[in-house]
Amino acid sequence: MAETTETTPEVTVKEKEPLFGKAEKKLLLDPLGDTNPITIQVLGICSALAVTSLVYPSVVMAIAVVFVTGFSSLFTSLVRNKIPKQVRMIVQLVIIATLVTIVELTLKRFNYPIYKQLSVYIGLIITNCIVMGRLEAYAMANRPWRAFVDGLGNGVGYGVILIMVAVIREVFGKGTLFAGSPIQINLIGASNDEIGYLINTAAESGIGSWFAGYYNNNLMVLPAAAMFIIGIFIWIQRSYRPTLVDVS
Amino acid sequence: MDSTSSVIRFVVIMTAGVAFSLALLSVSWGQQIKDNEAVFNKRAILSAVSDYLSEDPKLMSDGQIDELFSSKVEQIALDMSGAVLKKEDIVAAGYKGGLPENIDMAKEKKKPEDQRIFPLYILNTDKGKSYILSVRGNGLWDEIWGNIALKDDLNTIAGAAFDHKGETPGLGAEIKDNPTFPSRFKGKEIFNDAGVYTSVDVKKTGGTANNPHAVDGISGATVTADGVDEMLERGIKYYLPYLNKQAGAKKTKG
Repeated sequence: MAETTETTPEVTVKEKEPLFGKAEKKLLLDPLGDTNPITIQVLGICSALAVTSLVYPSVVMAIAVVFVTGFSSLFTSLVRNKIPKQVRMIVQLVIIATLVTIVELTLKRFNYPIYKQLSVYIGLIITNCIVMGRLEAYAMANRPWRAFVDGLGNGVGYGVILIMVAVIREVFGKGTLFAGSPIQINLIGASNDEIGYLINTAAESGIGSWFAGYYNNNLMVLPAAAMFIIGIFIWIQRSYRPTLVDVS
Repeated sequence: MDSTSSVIRFVVIMTAGVAFSLALLSVSWGQQIKDNEAVFNKRAILSAVSDYLSEDPKLMSDGQIDELFSSKVEQIALDMSGAVLKKEDIVAAGYKGGLPENIDMAKEKKKPEDQRIFPLYILNTDKGKSYILSVRGNGLWDEIWGNIALKDDLNTIAGAAFDHKGETPGLGAEIKDNPTFPSRFKGKEIFNDAGVYTSVDVKKTGGTANNPHAVDGISGATVTADGVDEMLERGIKYYLPYLNKQAGAKKTKG
């Protein structure tokens, strides 16, 4: 038998990319600062104004948006090559709306009181520009895992700003933290029979008495305050990183 | 551009898949959600009489609320003439469960005034008997509602609890968020000394400490406070035919 030397064709093996490599890290961390959806991309402002009067609903809202942005990016990316071009935006909208409905049903099932408090805002996640924005800007042109991480990152970037604004508005506008939740902290105010504050401005002595005559800032209670606070954040961020000044 | 048939095919499959998964979720969680809503409403009703209870209803578990409600609360449904309705009447009004607790005040508000029915809850504890009324009205942005508890004398208010759909946090929303507001109603009276119905007014100008028929309002929340005033005045009036009958019966007994 004649020996035949077989030459194996050259097969280039694509290196399996790490699940959480440099690119993923960038997608997750950039939206926290340099590409923040609210302060840099200036998206999703509407709900940032409405929800942030209290911290507890803002935290729940932030979690909901992270979930919706992440999974809508994931699902859109999975079907990105199969969506007919004529119905591209409609399909994106259906994916988002379905996920938001799932969030709503989950809240109704597991925490009905918080659902009652947030019922209007949950529906508004569908109209939140960040969600649709990430689908169009990234998920439609990238692979599922990356798209998922990008969605999560932007959701978290949004959530961080949301919670920071809410903390300022609630502490100065109402004198409490996490009002409405099981871990409500009454920070500053005049204690009476119904409600006790840590810094009791009605006290005769002690720290509380230094603040006698302190009134909650009623402007903080109105959505306009969120506009001012976000404006200040944008100002601080761009002063700190001048390279971002002409970005948007 | 893709062909029309492939577009239609994609859309049909997507719609079917989405509708199926949402329906599945909705059906499997439907009963629990209904129970959650019922407990939420019961908790709101009991919040009006928290003084009569051993614990604050807001801190009780769902099971405790259900247990308390079924063992200590008698519920009846009334119509505008003060007649007590039977189960069939409640079902006929559109509530399948046939229980007074099923009555949806929001739905009733849409009916012409003379056709409305409403629930009355009678709490029996060792601290005394209490009558809890349900009222509904309009705030600044959307509807507001509440439960007012009357003491045994059917005149003095034992407590109140309010809620709203979309009032401004820190202003109108204080009717619910700030426990000081509902507690102002405790001890106020809805009838004056001559036995004439006055309800309890919400006064913007304050200074109501010595007035048994008025409470202080909330600064910055005039429209909501006016809404509470109107809601109480009209809402409690609906119950008067029944309450007067009870008071009359008491007088002939004594």
